[in-house]
Parts: sequence; C-alpha cells; structure tokens
Amino acid sequence: MIEAVGLTKRYGAKTAVHNLSFQVRPGTVTGFLGPNGSGKSTTMRMILGLDVPTSGSVTIGGYPFAKLPNAPRQVGALLDAKAVHGGRSARLHLLSLAQLAGLPARRVDEVLGVVGLQDVARKRSKGFSLGMGQRLGIAAALLGDPQVLLFDEPVNGLDPEGILWVRNLMKQLAAEGRTVFVSSHLMSEMALTAEHLIVIGRGQLLADMTVKDFISANSADFARVRTADTEPEGREKLTAALVEAGGQVLAEPGGALRVTGVPLPRISDLAHDADVRLWELSPHQASLEEAYMRMTQGAVDYRSTADQRAGLMQADPYAQGYGYGATPPQGQGWGQPAQGWGQPGQGWGQPAPGNPYPTLTGEQPNPYAPPQPAQAPAAPPAGPSAPAAPAGAPATAPADLTKRDSEDAR
Amino acid sequence: MAVATQVLQSEWTKIKSVRSTVWTLGLALVVTVALGILISALSKSNFDKLSPKERLTFDPTFTSFAGMGLGQLAMIVFGVLVVSNEYSTGMIRTSLAAVPQRGTFLFSKITIATLLTLAVSMVTSFLAFFLGQAMLGEHKASIGDPGVLRAVIGGGLYMTLITVFSMGIATMLRSPMLSLGILMPFFFLISNILGAVPATKKVAQYFPDQAGRKVMQVITLDDDAPYGPWGGFAIMVLWVVAALVGAYVVLRERDA
Repeated sequence: MIEAVGLTKRYGAKTAVHNLSFQVRPGTVTGFLGPNGSGKSTTMRMILGLDVPTSGSVTIGGYPFAKLPNAPRQVGALLDAKAVHGGRSARLHLLSLAQLAGLPARRVDEVLGVVGLQDVARKRSKGFSLGMGQRLGIAAALLGDPQVLLFDEPVNGLDPEGILWVRNLMKQLAAEGRTVFVSSHLMSEMALTAEHLIVIGRGQLLADMTVKDFISANSADFARVRTADTEPEGREKLTAALVEAGGQVLAEPGGALRVTGVPLPRISDLAHDADVRLWELSPHQASLEEAYMRMTQGAVDYRSTADQRAGLMQADPYAQGYGYGATPPQGQGWGQPAQGWGQPGQGWGQPAPGNPYPTLTGEQPNPYAPPQPAQAPAAPPAGPSAPAAPAGAPATAPADLTKRDSEDAR
Repeated sequence: MAVATQVLQSEWTKIKSVRSTVWTLGLALVVTVALGILISALSKSNFDKLSPKERLTFDPTFTSFAGMGLGQLAMIVFGVLVVSNEYSTGMIRTSLAAVPQRGTFLFSKITIATLLTLAVSMVTSFLAFFLGQAMLGEHKASIGDPGVLRAVIGGGLYMTLITVFSMGIATMLRSPMLSLGILMPFFFLISNILGAVPATKKVAQYFPDQAGRKVMQVITLDDDAPYGPWGGFAIMVLWVVAALVGAYVVLRERDA
C-alpha cells in the first residue's frame, strides 16, 4: 500500500507536483497517467525517497521510504531503463544490485530467466536495444521479490510481444497480492493493464477511479449542438437552458457545444422553447483517449462565479484541485494569469489565448474528478471479477485502441 | 552494519566490472613509474652539469617520483569516474532506492575505491622508487636511509588521498566533465603555477597537492615551508576530510 498525503514538490517557482493525495492498494494494477511533464516521475521519485517533498508525505506500508526496514526486499522499482553503466554486463549489473540488497547470486540468474535475457546476460549492456534495456530494468525491480513494485513507463521501446508480456506480468504480480504502480502516458495501454487509474495533469490529481468507472464515465454519449452563427447570443441562451435542465455543456473549438446528460430530443425541445435556431444536433461518442486528453489538457471544466475571489484556495476544495489552468469566464482576458490563486498559479503558465476548450458560464464541475481530494480513492478496487480488458483484447496492438468507444471497452 | 557489508560487496562488483578501472589505475602506475625512470636516468646523466648547490639539494627519492605529477591525473580520473558514473548513468537512483541510508552508501563506496587505490598507489610508489634508484646509479638513495621509507610510503598515501579528494569533489559536482574540468587543470597547472610565483607561493603551499607532496621529499634544504613532512600530509588530510564532509552533506540534502 502506497499512500500519499498532500504531496507537493516545488523547484523554485515551478510546482511539479501540487497537493497530491492518493492510495495505491495491493492486489490490483494501478495505472498512473499523465502527459509528459505532469509530475509522474517526480512523484515516483518521492515515493522512493529520492526527492524530498516540499510538503506533504508519502509512505509505503506506513513507513516513509527512508525508514523502511530492508527497503530493497520490500520495494522494487524501474525508474529509468537506461540507468545502467553501458560497460557492465547485464549479469554483473544485476549482481551488484543483488549484493546491495543482500540477495544470493542465484537470484540474479532467476530474474534474468524471468525477463528472458539469459542469453545476453554476459554481454555489455551498451549494445542492448531499448526493449532489452526495459527488460533489464524490470529484472532489477523484481530482484528482491518485493511486495510493492513501481514501474515508470515500462513499455517504452518494447515491441508488441514485449508489451503483451509486460501487461501480463503486471497483472500476474498484482494477482499475487502485490501493489503494482505503473506510470504511462498512454491511456489505451493503461485501460488494458490497470484496474485502477490515477490521472494527474500539471502535478494535480485529475481523477482517481477504477478503469471501469472511467470507461463508463467517459465513453458516454454526447450530443454536438451548433447554434446558428447568425445569432451569437443563442449559444449562451441555449447553454443556460441546458444547464438548467441538468445537462453538462462544453464549448468545442469552432463554436459547437458538446452536451452530455440531456437526450437529443430534449435538447431540441429546449432549443425550441428558448427560441434558439440550431444548425447541428448530432449524436457522438467520446473515445477514452479523447476524454483523457481533454482531461489532461489543463482546460478542466469547473467554473463558477466565485472563482474570482482572492484567497479562494483555502475556501473551496474544488478550486484548489481543479480550478487552475483555464481562465474565469468573466475574466479580464484569456492571457492574464489569475492573481488570486496562490503560489501554484505561477507554475502553470498562462492559459493560451486560443484555448481549444474555452469555458462558459454555468458549466459543470469536472465530472471525472473525485468529489473531494481528501477522500480520493472513492471507489473500492474493482477486484478480480472486473478485469480491465476483455479476454481477447491483449492480443490487439495498442494503436488500434486509441479510438475505443464504449462498445470496445466492455 | 549488515548494510555496509552489502554495499561494500556491491561496490566491489561495480568497480571490477568496468574497464575504466583497469585503464585508469593501470595508466597511473605505468605513467608514474615510466616517467620516474626516465627523469631519474636523465638526472644521472646531467648530474655532473649541476651547480654545487643543486648537487647538495639533489633528492634522489623525490626525483624517482617525478612521474607522479602526471600519474596522479589518471588517479583523479579514476576517482571521478567511480563516483560520477553513478550520476551520469542514473544508476544512483537505483542504488539509493536500494540503500536509503545515503551516508552508509557513500562511505562504503568510497572505502572500497580507496582500498583499491591504496593498493595500486603503494605498488606504484615502491616500483617508482626502486626502478628510479636503479637508474640513478651512484647517486641513488637506499630504502634504509633516514626518511626514505617514510617518503616512499608517503608517495603511496599521497596518490591515494588525491584520489579520495577527487571522489569527494565529484560527489559534490556530480558531472564527470565538470569535475575533471576543475580538478585536472587545478592539479596539473594552476597549483604548480601559483606555487612557482613568489607572490602566491605562501598560499599555494597550503593546497592539498603541494602540502601533501612534502611527505615524499627526503632532502628539503632549500624549502621554507612552515610545516614538516607529516605536517604537510596533515594539511592534505584536512582537505580530503573537508571534501568528504561536503560530499556527504550534498548527497544527504539534495534530491538524487
């Protein structure tokens, strides 16, 4: 069990990880998703005691890493597959790590067999391909037969067979009751491997839920509505009506609205009642990858008029977690960084003037975020009865899965 | 202490499994001994041309150590690589994830490298002495002469301490290029230049190499340094201790 509470890491003015709280439970593969530079590796390093958090803490089995008795037998990690002296053979590299953990030399040969590198064990790792390097890194993580395993981008550079192998290895390790925490920037890969997802963007928690929940929440149908360009006020009018009717409205690039929570005929009725002319009303399905991309783009969809108050961060837990990145609706202009957001505001960069998902008054909170950061792992692990992928799925190349919809997923 | 034993074993595996160890230590030995032989032979053939004062202050022991100025550079490379290899490869994260006790890790690592260096340095020093004296013919010193054994052992200790000092600096700087870029010119050029210029000599004689070199000299008639052979050696030890303390503090405080 890995538990992070209010984990924050600042490098000067830049905040790499901000107030991250989550739990990684044993017995399941937990995917750790986020775009490049979102703070995944920093978080992993803090878990391993390599970087000291600016504030907050993270523990493994109740201990901070530095206080963990016999750490290499309890925690195994793959941080960087290239972190090997190229002049050293694979076997001697692993042997030095085994000795560091007080393990016998025969354990080295065992893990070399597990990752399939026994034939090149005595070759210098300089000549290893990226995939062989990943296997060597995984072997190092497995050395101490640890209960807690961390893998940072383990499938980078692996061929499809290697990816399948890693995926099955992760699941097997979790099935043995271990805690498996795998980072990736590929939603499609995690949807197949993990049962639980922790999504971060710009160092903040965006989602903490089971893959099942994520799929059902994100593969929901939505309607694309385009009001007549000739009547610009119609868009606001319709948005207000839809929100009032319990719908969620997102502005899309190009002026269309993305509506969820209201069936198509009802949208038509509402538009009619509001006397708004529609140029488009079409049913759509969001792909998982798309939902994930949108979630992590920083244009997170929570907005309210109260946002503009200074000192809001202390007052409103939602704003603290999810409110940055996009500009308040009635703000003084897109490019202006908000002043009232406290220190993190500095680090996020200003919202681009051409924000592809500008927000509108009356929009709903990010529906995928947990209700409160404090009770992050809201949903219990799905358990073995809910494997993340259908039986046939692992054989499919991940590239084919980027456009998954609800049908594929279940 | 079980952890320390584990780190010692692991570090020994690491040191002997890379080629740079053999190359740097081998080069240090060969360069020091070969250059010592060469300079000793030249000194012998030139001895008759020396002035009476120069003959009086001729130090056969120190002459056979003439290659150390160059040989120590290879030692510095060894010391820097032992430490900075961990950083340049990223291996340091794996190591520290296995051994969260950073002080134990650092000092075990330095201990292993130091023991190996000490062995090679002593062999180098004695080889350089005996082969150099063989070249000097009738001007040679004997190992039984007063101060000579101390100087030869001191030569081995000097090379060892230079290496440990480099390890400390490399731990603080992390980058092999930066460490070598500072240490090599300093010990090869800057220290010697400052030591030769009268205005800066007073300061330069407290530099680790200049102070430490004192222990290798037997005949010091023309020397006005305010410390004796072991005094100079002690100054060098202080430098090394300072470097190690700095290394420990940096490793403990900074993110890996």
